Amino acid sequence: MSIALEHISYIYSPGTAYEKHALKDVSFEIPQGQFLGIIGHTGSGKSTLIQHLNGLVRATSGKVVYEGDNIYDGGYDMRALRSQVGLVFQYPEYQLFEVDVISDVCFGPKNQGLSPEECERNAREALELVGFPEKYYKQSPFELSGGQKRRVAIAGVLAMKPKVLILDEPTAGLDPKGRDEILDQVEKLHTETGMTVILVSHSMEDIARYVERIIVMNRGEKMLDGTPAEVFRHYRELEEVGLAAPQVTYVMHDLRARGFDVSPDATTIEEAAEEILRSMSRSGKAAPG
Amino acid sequence: MIHAEKLIYEYDKRDEEGNVIGAERAVDGVDINIPPGSFVAVLGHNGSGKSTLAKHMNAILVPTGGTMWVDGKDTKDPAKLWDIRQTAGMVFQNPDNQIIGTVVEEDVGFGPENLGVPTDEIWKRVEESLKAVGMLERRKDSPNKLSGGQKQRVAIAGVLAMEPKCIVLDEPTAMLDPNGRKEVIGAVEELRKKKNVTVILITHYMEEVIDADQVFVMDSGHIVMHGTPREIFSRVDDLKRYRMDVPQVTMLAEELRSRGLDLPGGILRRDELVEALCRLR
Amino acid sequence: MIRDITIGQYYPAESRIHRLDPRVKIVCTLLFLVSLFIQNSLLGYVIATVYLGTVIRLSKVPLKYIVKGLKPIVILLLFTVAMNLFLTRSGEILVHFWIFTITEGGLRTSVFMAIRLMYLVAGSSIMTFTTSPNGLTDGMEKLLHPLNRLNVPVHEVAMMMSIALRFIPILLEETDKIMKAQQARGADFESGNIIQRAKAMVPILVPLFVSAFRRANDLAMAMESRCYHGGEGRTKMKPLRYKGRDRIAYIVTWLYIVVIFVAGRFVPFKLWIF
Repeated sequence: MSIALEHISYIYSPGTAYEKHALKDVSFEIPQGQFLGIIGHTGSGKSTLIQHLNGLVRATSGKVVYEGDNIYDGGYDMRALRSQVGLVFQYPEYQLFEVDVISDVCFGPKNQGLSPEECERNAREALELVGFPEKYYKQSPFELSGGQKRRVAIAGVLAMKPKVLILDEPTAGLDPKGRDEILDQVEKLHTETGMTVILVSHSMEDIARYVERIIVMNRGEKMLDGTPAEVFRHYRELEEVGLAAPQVTYVMHDLRARGFDVSPDATTIEEAAEEILRSMSRSGKAAPG
Repeated sequence: MIHAEKLIYEYDKRDEEGNVIGAERAVDGVDINIPPGSFVAVLGHNGSGKSTLAKHMNAILVPTGGTMWVDGKDTKDPAKLWDIRQTAGMVFQNPDNQIIGTVVEEDVGFGPENLGVPTDEIWKRVEESLKAVGMLERRKDSPNKLSGGQKQRVAIAGVLAMEPKCIVLDEPTAMLDPNGRKEVIGAVEELRKKKNVTVILITHYMEEVIDADQVFVMDSGHIVMHGTPREIFSRVDDLKRYRMDVPQVTMLAEELRSRGLDLPGGILRRDELVEALCRLR
Repeated sequence: MIRDITIGQYYPAESRIHRLDPRVKIVCTLLFLVSLFIQNSLLGYVIATVYLGTVIRLSKVPLKYIVKGLKPIVILLLFTVAMNLFLTRSGEILVHFWIFTITEGGLRTSVFMAIRLMYLVAGSSIMTFTTSPNGLTDGMEKLLHPLNRLNVPVHEVAMMMSIALRFIPILLEETDKIMKAQQARGADFESGNIIQRAKAMVPILVPLFVSAFRRANDLAMAMESRCYHGGEGRTKMKPLRYKGRDRIAYIVTWLYIVVIFVAGRFVPFKLWIF
């Protein structure tokens, strides 16, 4: 029960002037139920990478193994794969097209060949999962606010009942509150359903709080792979490739440099506060209440 | 430079058949006064009215109540329209949807062309503006080949070439990645240093407003907070209530304060926090 | 792939052709297109090939690009060739099997039609490859200026064309993205009959239109905020002025037209094919 990439390489327009290695020999395995973050800046290959996971892009070499089967084998059912590995694109609200919210969310299940009743049931479940208020089910998706549109679009993929959910920059263009709401919802989704969730982002601070593992992509290659703390330990390398660790990581390193006995592995505000207070009480010169 | 008194912008709310069922106030009684040469930030969540306010500064929208003056000119006066738009240039959110030219330099020349600037002068301005945002070497390229941050810099150059006294940036970084954001904010900083233009930055990224002279926070059409960045950031709870973020460093400082450490309020930068903690030790 | 469509795209380079006045390129392209139809001899096509080949060489646009631009017309090309090959009955019969007859005349017409079509597209794409869309619309605007007196909004039409050209690649990319997003939701664009396939386009077209309108709206606002108010009182960053090289280009092209016309008229076809 996992999804694995084995030596995936992808070349854009091979043999032309535009030839470009978008991905170079990328391998990793994602066990079922993991909450994974993929980080990289624009052009790092992260968006191309995730499109391999549901077969929308076919690797130039290497293979994708989903639950033990190579998806490039002849006769492999790609459409079935796409309903198992749900992919929510960046700015997914731009794919909405139906007259009302519920019909739009039904699009996926309908394509799976479910009966209208099942479609509706799955759609309602999905909308509930993303916390979309029922009173707007019959409204046109084009009249909703940005955050609500995005919920509908995510529900559109969830309604297919995927086992893996991939979200490409789900918070792009949202304001801070909207961002937190969506990410909290995704986290809740992960704990409630136990599905594998892959969060693609260029913001370390967003991701550090939620995921259990981070893969850093740079120039089409896998650069780092580990828990947030492990990854952020390489904060200097991250900076070199134009990615920054969360501000907190820097604070912790600065403090260590000034002689504080704090662990540099703290990545969230709570962890950092905890560490700082502990080190201060140990040194005994300040007494926090 | 920009002065608004009891500014109100109302638009009709319509039902499904398009009948007017009421009026919504996007901006409701806003008073602001922005002195020339200053750097002002307007913060607010999506739908707080900050973009509507910004559009008044360039006379794209005209107030339905109250008055907006740009460099002493009332935006309601149709005779002053082009004058106002030349005085207060505007950069928008979506990098793709504001570049008109198919070659970088032609896009930057679009504004001066509209103003009827003589050809030689246009070339001079285009070159200067592209240099100011560090995009001169890409002048012959197609905008489609540029990254988001580069496109926004071209858009800024396009406004600069009109020689405005004031630049209004309406969420210029909302659609960019961290690198692009840095590029754009860096370009804006350069401008403030080198040219004496008033900069009004509309955003929801708090890190971008640390250097502002004044910060306004908007919520449901009103200005709810106003002060220096330090004053604003020391009110973490209020900011959260208005759906705003606080920089992680400030959050950490607040967290430590709430747990009893005697730190000063409104810490904005990493080194400030580290210094303050060192002093406590 | 949808991105492979190269018609209407600009290929930035420094070349003699790029530097020509857009008006020259527009007029000369039209003349070249006319030249393909005023003659029908092998010699004529040889001359046209030399002319086109020289222009392509001078333009520094890789031949690959131009060939790629022919891709979208392949079906039309095959159709035309087949129609001419089998339906034209003149001259000696070369092949005859079942109901098909290929005559010498048919072969000739079909080959020439194919060349004509390809040159037509290649000729016009060399114009768009070497002229920035703004240059192109400026040229059009200036050439069509006399129509202003007939109340034709020449400037506005030119501006619209220029904007359309700028947004073609953006909308193509967007189409690609929307298609993928709908495929991720299980949409199927490949199977089914024509009606099913047409229906499958709805989830692509609706978002595409919505997005196009949003972009149009944004763009209009951006243009207005940069003081755009029509062609009146507008100056040009790159005003069009004929230079020496433009006159040379005109002379060369007119010479070409005369030569090809004369060749087509007075040199007998038979002399050249066998």
